[in-house]
Amino acid sequence: MSDRPSTSPKTFRLQGVSCAGCVKKIESALAEVRGVDDARVNLGDKTLVVHGDARAQDCVEAVASAGYGAEEVQASARELREQQREDEQSHYRQLLWRAGIALGLGIPLMAWGLVTGEMGVNNTTQQIAWGGVGLLTLAVLVFCGGHFFTGAWRALRHHSATMDTLVALGTGTAWLFSMLVVLLPQVLPESARHVYFEASAMIIGLINLGQALEVRARGQTSAAVEKLLQLQDTSARVIRDGEEVDIPIDQVMVGDRLRVRPGEKIPVDGRVVEGESLVDESMLTGEPLAVKKAEGDTLTAGTLNKNGSLVFEAEKVGADTRLSQIIQMVKNAQSSRVPIARLADTISAIFVPSVMIIAVVAALVWYNWGPDPKIAHMLVVLTSVLIIACPCALGLATPMSVMVGVGKGAENGVLVRNGKALQQATDLDTLVVDKTGTLTEGAPKLTDIECHGDADTLLKQLASLESRSEHPLAEAIVSAAREKQISLADVHGFEAITAHGVRGEVDGKKVLLGNRKLMQREGIDPGKWTAKAEALAEQGRTAMYAAVDGAMAGIIAVADPIREDAQAAVQRLKKLGLRIEMLTGDNRATAEAVARQLGIDQVHADLQPEDKERIVADLQKNGAKVGMAGDGINDAPALARADVGFAIGAGTDVAIESADVTLMRSSLHGVADAVELSRATLRNIKQNLFGAFIYNTLGIPIAAGVLYPITGMLLSPVIAGAAMAFSSVTVVSNANRLRFFTPSQITAAANGGEK
Amino acid sequence: MQSLLINLTGLAAIALTVWWFWLTSKGKSTQAVGVDETLEILVKDGVYEPDRIRIEAGKETALHFRREDASPCAEWVLFPDLEVSAQLAVDQVTEVAIPATEAGEYPFHCQMQMYRGTLVVE
Repeated sequence: MSDRPSTSPKTFRLQGVSCAGCVKKIESALAEVRGVDDARVNLGDKTLVVHGDARAQDCVEAVASAGYGAEEVQASARELREQQREDEQSHYRQLLWRAGIALGLGIPLMAWGLVTGEMGVNNTTQQIAWGGVGLLTLAVLVFCGGHFFTGAWRALRHHSATMDTLVALGTGTAWLFSMLVVLLPQVLPESARHVYFEASAMIIGLINLGQALEVRARGQTSAAVEKLLQLQDTSARVIRDGEEVDIPIDQVMVGDRLRVRPGEKIPVDGRVVEGESLVDESMLTGEPLAVKKAEGDTLTAGTLNKNGSLVFEAEKVGADTRLSQIIQMVKNAQSSRVPIARLADTISAIFVPSVMIIAVVAALVWYNWGPDPKIAHMLVVLTSVLIIACPCALGLATPMSVMVGVGKGAENGVLVRNGKALQQATDLDTLVVDKTGTLTEGAPKLTDIECHGDADTLLKQLASLESRSEHPLAEAIVSAAREKQISLADVHGFEAITAHGVRGEVDGKKVLLGNRKLMQREGIDPGKWTAKAEALAEQGRTAMYAAVDGAMAGIIAVADPIREDAQAAVQRLKKLGLRIEMLTGDNRATAEAVARQLGIDQVHADLQPEDKERIVADLQKNGAKVGMAGDGINDAPALARADVGFAIGAGTDVAIESADVTLMRSSLHGVADAVELSRATLRNIKQNLFGAFIYNTLGIPIAAGVLYPITGMLLSPVIAGAAMAFSSVTVVSNANRLRFFTPSQITAAANGGEK
Repeated sequence: MQSLLINLTGLAAIALTVWWFWLTSKGKSTQAVGVDETLEILVKDGVYEPDRIRIEAGKETALHFRREDASPCAEWVLFPDLEVSAQLAVDQVTEVAIPATEAGEYPFHCQMQMYRGTLVVE
């Protein structure tokens, strides 16, 4: 379909291919096509893979000339998912059918046994009747439960034992014993001449039913990744030679210019070259407010263009887009190991053979020391123990919860690197926070201007002067003037006086701006302004003195403003039991002022970047479990050193690489969300592990008959089958409960935003 | 007579279980199969075949899994130590990229750990 040469292999679906001869024909036909380096037919799934830069159309024609049909497969992740959905559906239906047929035989048989109580074989008529039923049951075992037996056999050959082994052994034993009763009743004592065909059929039916429900429930656990996949658009509107053409997304190349209209999704990562619009990024960042994008701003694939039309240049496409990387990261994290599950891993490795041994031991105990009918009891105990034991519940307990938990995190803009980070985030007790960019906006702003006369006039003079300066604080003053739409004047004789300030001539007036030392140097008495300046400094602002023509004109203060939501987030984190310490390279007075306003107890000020890592290490030495939140730019070593590093803002790819948890939104609330989420997930895992563990440790002894002295009866293998079938469904369903997790505080807009 | 027979059968069954599942599988571990482009790891009926796969250390490698089992257990293959996972499509070959890794043995398995295999990195 694509006419552009590409180096990645192309895959074609073939029609009419059925034998090895066809393979030969097709391959040699393709060998003659220009640009084909290698062509290989896979007879198994009827596909053709072509390497080289041949045109797809040529390949299709070559196959057609050989007498077959071919079409190119665009196997995007999304299509693959859809196909999997279909497979899952058909598997689900198949399981339901099997369950229905097996239960269709099992239920009437069981009802017969309960109503008439005649399951014994005492005469020839009964022998013939039960023999017939036995053959029917065999058909059910083969047709509805064949996969258990083949699975058990293959596993056996590999020295491994699976759930299939247990099911096959349990149902097989019950059937064989019943057949023995039917064929040779005389070898058994009269009391033991009882058939268990209904148990075999019921167990197969119930377990198939359980698996069907499990397939359903499991499909939901990957809902989060599915949602992310759906953010990927399938086509993009590229501007080629001045015309807009829609092309499949995988043909977009870096450097292409694309247009997005209002209401459309951004197809690939890029940078705006034309137009202005609001873009909703909540699906990736959790940030409810739409972000304004204009020329030069970056766009992320998967976000939604709201009101304007944009033209942008593609910078990252395909698997390189941030969305693709997020999806990959979520998938990987979903599969990683959680340390807490180590015990379960160890147990499940030896589980099945252990259960087999327990079953035989229990059976022998009943045979040797149990009450009559010994043989019947032996058989029931053997079957029940084999059937009730459920390795699935144990094995599924952790991965299912992690899958849902990590996915839920992604929905809330919290990307967890792996299961270990997830677990460690639950028991943090100290959170070290980098001030700049995390607690504060990271860009200084003009906060106060006080003067005798007109504030705007003074601002104009100071901004004009500062427009020549390169000091970071100068930027704040200039942009404040720009915001008020004050036009700047020309500056003559500009001079920067190191560690003091600046001076120059604006509109014929001599303007000075700087600290108190500058005023002293120039012999200007700040007078009452000193007190005001000190008051401002106490609030964490940097105050500067301004003088015009040798007389004090006023003071102007600049500060890195505290983020709007920082205080609420700090409160939330404290409520979660975290002690918060602030790190900053700023001076102590400013730092303490910020800390005071936010309610942070501990401040480390005047730090060099390398000090941050040392402070984290010191805290750890004192036994603290330390989380570190920063923007990942100059605090990467500290992030890596901390038990859990939270990279805030996800501004850099480096941060995504190095942090344990990446927060897509530039807010400390993300840390609180992450901690809450990890606690909820771990709680869920513990519930699952506990449930699976208790189920097996209670279920197996009960099946082995420990309750017999009290109840006077053994657990029916059918009940054991039902219990086993639904235990794993329960685990998966419990994990699915995590999908309803919501962070304790979501801004009002978020409630109305996405959903 | 009958009771002796049944007891002996039971004990033999236990001995066989221990021997087959624990003793032999650990001691005489099967030869690991080296990876090349054509190697397909078959995912079917509860086992990976081959289940010991040898790759070169310090080199990115691609493994090809062919899943022929529709049961949900087979859907994912996980390499927990390497933080690699892949969702396998039924009746299709899925390529799984293994990043460059240090020498050692890394288990891989399905989510329930019924399917099990070992990646031998040398």
